[in-house]
Amino acid sequence: MTEIRETELPGIGVRQEFDTVSGTRLGVLTTRTGRKELLLYDREDPDSCRATVHLDPEDSVVLADLLGSSRVSDAAAGIQRLKGLSIDWLPVPASSAAAGRTIGENRIRKATGASVVAIVRGEVTNATPGPDDVLEAGDVLVSVGTPEAVDALLALLRAG
Amino acid sequence: MLAATSGEVATAFVELGAILVVLSLLARLAVRVGFSPIPLYLIGGLAVGAGGLIPARITDDFVVLAAEIGVLLLLFALGLEYTPAELTKELRRNSLGGLVDLVANFLPGLALGLLLGWDPVPAVLLGGVTYISSSGVISKLLRDLDRLGNRETSTVLSILVLEDLVMAAYLPIVGVLLAGTAMATGAISIAVALGLVVVIIAVAARFGPHMSRAIHSESDEVLLLSIIGLVLLLGGLAQEVEVSAAVGAFLVGLALSGPAQHRAGELITPLRDLFAALFFFVFALGIDPADLPPVLLPAAALAVVTGITKVGVGWWAAGRAGVGKHGRWRAGTMLIARGEFSVVIAGLGVAAGVEQQLGPLTAAYVLMMAVLGSVLVRCDRLPQSLDRTSGPPSTSLAGPSTGR
Repeated sequence: MTEIRETELPGIGVRQEFDTVSGTRLGVLTTRTGRKELLLYDREDPDSCRATVHLDPEDSVVLADLLGSSRVSDAAAGIQRLKGLSIDWLPVPASSAAAGRTIGENRIRKATGASVVAIVRGEVTNATPGPDDVLEAGDVLVSVGTPEAVDALLALLRAG
Repeated sequence: MLAATSGEVATAFVELGAILVVLSLLARLAVRVGFSPIPLYLIGGLAVGAGGLIPARITDDFVVLAAEIGVLLLLFALGLEYTPAELTKELRRNSLGGLVDLVANFLPGLALGLLLGWDPVPAVLLGGVTYISSSGVISKLLRDLDRLGNRETSTVLSILVLEDLVMAAYLPIVGVLLAGTAMATGAISIAVALGLVVVIIAVAARFGPHMSRAIHSESDEVLLLSIIGLVLLLGGLAQEVEVSAAVGAFLVGLALSGPAQHRAGELITPLRDLFAALFFFVFALGIDPADLPPVLLPAAALAVVTGITKVGVGWWAAGRAGVGKHGRWRAGTMLIARGEFSVVIAGLGVAAGVEQQLGPLTAAYVLMMAVLGSVLVRCDRLPQSLDRTSGPPSTSLAGPSTGR
């Protein structure tokens, strides 16, 4: 694990820093008002900053998103590389016969062998769908199973 | 009767307005050149008044009172920066650094005062003038030069915190000394005053959060009135018992924490800038420029010696924290700036009328330190010429890079 060093700055806030694998020292200064500064230290003079970036709260969210979301998709890519297991985001078309019926009524597990692990509806994600949850046109189903099972579920959803 | 006072009001408005316009022009110039405005306010005050270019006289008591309020707000804002927990933590962690700073920078001022044949009391004041760095100038420089993230900055801040703590003890002592009581009763007064400060800090640490919650309000108006009221009230009461009003204000700031602390800081800053500017101006106004030439040489000597001692303290303290040579140099030069609190300390002596030369000497000294500090602080790296005399660079470079 990378060691994160933390230093309190009385009257200012807290500074945290670490050395990247390639040897660059990076830090984040969090002021008491919640603003953050991203610190990039100089290689020649490792106590001074070559660059500092002032981040407003919304900037920090964007930056964390950029760094964080890539980690999520890395993890998803890792799952997809698991042998014999496929994970996919499957939309429910407007013409689908499955729309308006529950997961149980559609016999998804029994007919295809794939599991629906989440239903994404607009901004809302249902991460624990059960047999009684109704599918609607426009939903995106996060599905896990063998590649054949996921293909079978895709065919079921597309059937009119 | 109304007619009679309206004439006086008109004079007072014109007087105050003229002063503020002059100060605003000086502040504008300071912003333009990226310099602390404090020395310029001093120059402004010297240029006006007895023996100056514009021999105006300040007849208005309000200006003088406003200057006194400026001192209270300066100290209040200083106390606001930290919580009692931060003070005690720094005291435990870095008391040696604070002690070295105190000895190295207080003694030169004290010694020069005694060499000039002053009484012990003004000499003690001059020690305070040379001891205390300007946390206002330094925290602004740290932001302007983008050095908040630098690794030597924690050392600089640690020293500033301890200097503030020393101020809390030093000001009451000075207050008692200036009251000019006899030796025996003086010692008792000092003990009482210091005991009171310790008790107040302990109470602030214990009940500060409760008090802050009670004071805090969503309304800026309510919060501002509560704060100013408390500062003046407790400052005045502290003065009554000879602890010095400034310490009272400082302790109120220290006791505030949480949201009230943050909001108070934002609300008080513009007021502090206004009243403190008047304070610097009034301080310099009382100095006859004709008194300056005799003190220039001692002031210059003091500037050189205490410039070197501050750089030395910063160099040493940053070295202990494992900072490399360039960082140690930056820590030292950052600490050179003396400013508002040096003037506050000298102002106490001038108000008490202890030594004719204290005011002019302090003014000249602060002006020199402002120039010296702001030039040296902009050298990011240890100059080559100093590098050879300060030992092999490899030893100081080894510190941070072996951390991994």
